[in-house]
This record gives sequence, structure tokens and C-alpha cells, in this order.
Amino acid sequence: MSGEKSGGCCAPSAGSAVPCCGGGSPSKAVPRYEDTFLDGQLETPAGPVPRVHSRIGGHDLLGRWKMRWGIGRDRYRVSPGLFALGAPDGDAPVLVTANYKMTFDAVRRDAAGLDAWILVLDTLGVNVWCAAGEGTFGTGEVIRRATESRLSEVVRHRRLILPQLGAPGVAAHEVRKGCGFSVVYGPVRARDIRPFLEAGMKASPPMRRVVFPTMDRLVLTPVEITGLLRPAGWAAAVLFLLAGVGPGIFSLGAAWERGFSAVAALAAGILAGAVLTPVLLPWLPGRAFSIKGGLAGGVLAACTVMWERGSLDAPTTLALLLAMTAVSSFVAMNFTGATPFTSPSGVEKEMRRALPVQAVLAVLAGVLWVGGAFLR
Amino acid sequence: MDGFRYMDGVATVRLDDAACIGCGMCEEVCPHGVYAVAEGKARILDRDACMECGACAMNCPTQAISVNPGVGCAAAILNGWLSGSKPSCGCGG
Repeated sequence: MSGEKSGGCCAPSAGSAVPCCGGGSPSKAVPRYEDTFLDGQLETPAGPVPRVHSRIGGHDLLGRWKMRWGIGRDRYRVSPGLFALGAPDGDAPVLVTANYKMTFDAVRRDAAGLDAWILVLDTLGVNVWCAAGEGTFGTGEVIRRATESRLSEVVRHRRLILPQLGAPGVAAHEVRKGCGFSVVYGPVRARDIRPFLEAGMKASPPMRRVVFPTMDRLVLTPVEITGLLRPAGWAAAVLFLLAGVGPGIFSLGAAWERGFSAVAALAAGILAGAVLTPVLLPWLPGRAFSIKGGLAGGVLAACTVMWERGSLDAPTTLALLLAMTAVSSFVAMNFTGATPFTSPSGVEKEMRRALPVQAVLAVLAGVLWVGGAFLR
Repeated sequence: MDGFRYMDGVATVRLDDAACIGCGMCEEVCPHGVYAVAEGKARILDRDACMECGACAMNCPTQAISVNPGVGCAAAILNGWLSGSKPSCGCGG
């Protein structure tokens, strides 16, 4: 099943939140994490199957923390194939999941106490939802993996339980045609696997719905920031250069002093868009993320102006307000990729309207700020 | 979903009533409760809740559903515009 819901540049995977990056080459020559969760092996008619335990150790927590900050994300994978959890027999359920280790960990943790088979697809280390969107958590891979692992010799039934968020990549009726196994869509979240099975493979309506609580949004914010470090670095370099421009053509002293303030404003704008906006998402007015972000940035800028009362001249004040609004608005718009409810049609419509406005605000802010240096 | 709503009037999802056999797969896979099946036919209850993930169309055995599926992600769409290709999460890592 999909593990934690994960947001990211696509939508969340089931469970907690992780951007849909990763990807790349098939999962073979990658660091192996198996030794940290393997617990012997189980003999089956199709040969020995590695057994996993449900414990989450320091190693797993460190790995998860690194993923939250986007460190080594494309290498955080487990080997695809069949695993045993507990002591499954020929009638035990088969849970299908992705080979993103954070997802896999969520499944083995949340299925603790169950005797089940876990069939891990090669999603190139990407969570279920994003991989389904990209097609790697897909019909062909389900059929291939079920066939290669000789699942029909391991279990007597012909049912695969897939995470519901894998459905965008899998055609249930095609899987049955392709390998004889019928697909049952389980709950969205791994933590509902046990209640789902106890209810006779029936998902209650809440198990079928995607939600996006504050904690899920908060854990996605570090990676929003780390993803912006490179463009922010370039923007900072440009700001330092512009800061030196003034009546004396170029002044190193001004470049340092004014540049520092400008970069601080840039950082505040990014913080407003990448952290404040996601956390306050349901309470910020408007539907468009650019409006929510613009408001968060504008209010934060207004607070800064109040705080700095007296020390800022009029053009700088106005430039600060406009720039932070524009930056926060743009950065917040990026968070659409991490949410589980924004449609591509909607995001495109929003961008066509918001990008020109953001650009005009940013240019105006630049003109006011650089021009202000000549008025001193 | 839990008070989260995005843009209204943009979702591209369409349901062909004549082709629908009322199997209920769309209702089952939709994470936003867009569909309800009654009297042997699916109906779109809440089109504006649709995030165009494409799960319903993918799992409709009679191809009664059409939707332009994709990622609702500004960075992906921007990448698509800049590179002139399909939107993709080109975050590489």
C-alpha cells in the first residue's frame, strides 16, 4: 500500500508527504537498505522469500529526515519483489506498494501484526501517487512483478490489494487480463490497511478520501526550501550587484549594505511562500495559491515595515512590500505540486493570470529600489 | 476535501452516460468523492472537486470517462512551457 502520504512536485503519495522526485534508472545498483529491515526468509513453493519486520529504527528515522530535506532522494529505494511480513500462508493477503523506502517503511510499520505478502513494484524510488501519475506504478509493472515473483505459486487466491492512490496508473481490468489477479483498491493511507482487512476488504468513505492536515503540510516545507536554494542563490547574486548601483556608478559599500537587506527581504518572501502559506493554507483567503501566498508575503512585509519604522525611505518601503508579495506569491504557487487537490487545468489557469502580475510587481520593486538609490 | 477547494469550472472530466455500466469503479478510486453511483449509472456529483488524477478514466472498463490527466504542479507546468514538452516534475532528485 502506499505509505505515508507524500506531496511534492506532484501529489502526495499515500500517507505522509514527499515530493515526487526521484526517478531515473531502474532500481538495481542502488544502496541497499534491506539488511536493516530483513528478518530471515520464508520458504514458499516459489522458493525462499525475504521476510521483513515492522520495527522502525534510528536508521529509518534518519533516512526519513533526509528525505524531508531532499537529501539523496533518488537513491532511497528498496529492491522490488516479493516480501513476507509475519508468517503469511497461501491465503494471506497481498499488499502492493512502491519501492520508495519511506513508503515501504510506512507499509511494514502500519501492517504490524498482520501476516501478509508485500509485493514491491519498481517505481524508481518514487512514492505511490507520483509514480502512478508517471505510470511507473502502472498496469505493466503490476503484471510483470506478479509474474516474475511467481505469485500464483505462492498464494492460492487471485487478489492483489493496491493502494487507492495507485489507481491513476493501474487499470484493474487490464491487470486481471494480464496476470489473472484481480485488483482490489485498498485505503488511501497505509494506517487504514488493518481496519480495511478486518472489515472484509471494505473501505469506509473516510478511508477513500485524501486529506491534507497541518502536519502533512508542515513536513513538506523543508523540501520546498531546499529546492529553491539554487535559484535563490542566483537571485541573491543579482541583488548584490544591483545594490551597488547608485550615483557613484558602483559602490562596494552600498552593494554590501543594501544587498544584505535585499537578500533578507528575498529570504523572508521565500519563507512566507514556502512555509507560512502551506501551514496557513486553509485559513488564508482565496482559492489561488498565488493570492494566498501574495497575502502572506504582503502581510509579513507590512510587519517588517512597521518594525523598521523610520529607517526606511518611501521608495524602499514600497519596493519591499511589492517584492515580498511577488516572491511569496510565486513560491506559494509552487506548493500546488505538493498538494493532493490541485488540478493541472486549475494550476495552468492560475499561472496564466498570476505570472504576469508577479513579474510586474517584481520589476516595479526593482525600479523603485534601484531608483531610490539615486534620490538619496 | 476538508475545506480545501481549488479553482471552479476548469476540470476536464467528462462522463458518457450511455457507455456507463454502473460498475462503481470510478466512485471507488476517486480520492475526492466526485462520483456517486445510483440506479446502475454513475453520476458526477462534484466536478469542481476533481484534481484530474485520471484514476477514474484509467479504471473505467468501458471508457465512459474522459479526462486530461496530469500533475497539478506549477513547477511542472512551467518546465513544460519552457521546454515545449509535456509538463513533468523535472526535479531530478
